[in-house]
Amino acid sequence: MANIMIRKNDAGGLVFYLPKRDLEDNIASIEFDSPEKWGGELRLANGGSYYIDPQPAPERLPISLRARRVDAPE
Amino acid sequence: MAALTREDTEALITEVLEVYPEKARKDRKKHLAVNDPAVEQSKKCITSNRKSLPGVMTIRGCAYAGSKGVVWGPIKDMVHISHGPVGCGQYSRAGRRNYYVGITGVNTFGDMNFTSDFQEKDIVFGGDKKLAKLIEEIEMLFPMSKGVTVQSECPIGLIGDDIEAVSKKSAVALEKPVVPVRCEGFRGVSQSLGHHIANDAVRDWVLGNRDGKPFESTPYDVTIIGDYNIGGDAWSSRILLEEMGLRVIAQWSGDGTLAEMENTPKAKLNLLHCYRSMNYISRHMEEKYGIPWLEYNFFGPTKIAESLRAIAAHFDDTIKEGAERVISKYQPMMDAVIAKYRPRLEGKRVMLYVGGLRPRHIIGAYEDLGMEVVGTGYEFAHNDDYDRTMKEMGDATLLYDDVTGFEFEEFVKRVKPDLIGSGIKEKYIFQKMGVPFRQMHSWDYSGPYHGYDGFAIFARDMDMTTNNPVWSKQVAPWAGKNAPEAGAKAA
Repeated sequence: MANIMIRKNDAGGLVFYLPKRDLEDNIASIEFDSPEKWGGELRLANGGSYYIDPQPAPERLPISLRARRVDAPE
Repeated sequence: MAALTREDTEALITEVLEVYPEKARKDRKKHLAVNDPAVEQSKKCITSNRKSLPGVMTIRGCAYAGSKGVVWGPIKDMVHISHGPVGCGQYSRAGRRNYYVGITGVNTFGDMNFTSDFQEKDIVFGGDKKLAKLIEEIEMLFPMSKGVTVQSECPIGLIGDDIEAVSKKSAVALEKPVVPVRCEGFRGVSQSLGHHIANDAVRDWVLGNRDGKPFESTPYDVTIIGDYNIGGDAWSSRILLEEMGLRVIAQWSGDGTLAEMENTPKAKLNLLHCYRSMNYISRHMEEKYGIPWLEYNFFGPTKIAESLRAIAAHFDDTIKEGAERVISKYQPMMDAVIAKYRPRLEGKRVMLYVGGLRPRHIIGAYEDLGMEVVGTGYEFAHNDDYDRTMKEMGDATLLYDDVTGFEFEEFVKRVKPDLIGSGIKEKYIFQKMGVPFRQMHSWDYSGPYHGYDGFAIFARDMDMTTNNPVWSKQVAPWAGKNAPEAGAKAA
């Protein structure tokens, strides 16, 4: 489990930031993206993926969360 | 000498690495790379923020340097205690030339060195009592100080002193913030962790102090974050922002005050210059207070214009007009500067090796002068810095992370740049090798280099160094014209 932060970039897309590994990357897809259920598996542009527990969509971004690494390229 | 091709650069890296033993070579290989601007993720070709190799010369600092020297030190109206033995504070005192306005010793304390001067008995019996007494004394001698920070040196962590408890107690007695900072030098691999620890201390002990208190704000409130006012940098940046109609409510941390830090959460936009040392607090403020942040670059007219427009894009039309007005006002002056110096500097090649932001930020300024950056590297950058750097640098240029003394010398011998920009520790080696050199940490006691005014000084300094007649006098009179090495470069 790792602390991560999700924020919005200028283009409106989601950005994933993992401070421990200085990993900053766009989120290519998010498993659940509705107001009541948000989260699940996050696919990053670099090919890696992380999992956050599905939860109600946050009222505003950025938000700090706990995430589990599913698969990372390196 | 013509530009190196990709193959040449790769061969150069391999050649330089040959002297290392097997294991060291494998480790260092990961830190050296040939740039490819197409790569999105720097991780694939360069490793950074790793422990330096034992036995080689590194130019890095420690966590204490990152916290006391960089982030906290320039806050002028607080007293920063170097808690521990006397040397760390004394030998780094006033070294970064963070300019400020104020009367030193009365309401500002930037150039002074406060230390608890640890002796053997403090190590054996603990230094908490001494620290409490020291803070009392500071209050008696300097009643106009707005607060105190306790910057730990290595022994504090080793003997397990409870500086947090002392700080809390003293803060109540003094009715002023007393901030314990756990920035012992042994933490982390470089000063970078010191920045992070200092940012966390700001977050925990300072930032929330004025939450909920009234503040007369305007829609144009911005802050300058991560500008340390070296040689007056923050001032030459600030006037541009003010000229375009923005109100700068805080400067971190060059010429900064405690009150400004406390007011920062009231800003509409945080402008971040040094990404490496202050991104942590900007990200925190974005999450907690919803303040967006923006990286900007005030080196060289091209980048300044780009940055001013990017900043203005966050505001309404009056600011956008203001930005255009500022750009059109200064552009003729900059054109004159470029017209004067570009013919003298055109085509000169530069190698950089600086700290955490300049290796990529200054590239634009050199390009404005027609110079080419052929190699760059960071002391303590992380992956995200290299992500940003690789786009700025040309194809097949050299990248070196935490370069060792040996590697840097060998690169310079082979690449033969016309100018090197690095720090004081490298300066005299390269000057003795006959290569023009500028310190890019302290601007070689010149500056400012930020902003339009700074660019004029920058251009003059680069010309003064590169075209100095002294470089043609490097050969000893008896050595003749064909002497090897030393005079080869001079032109």
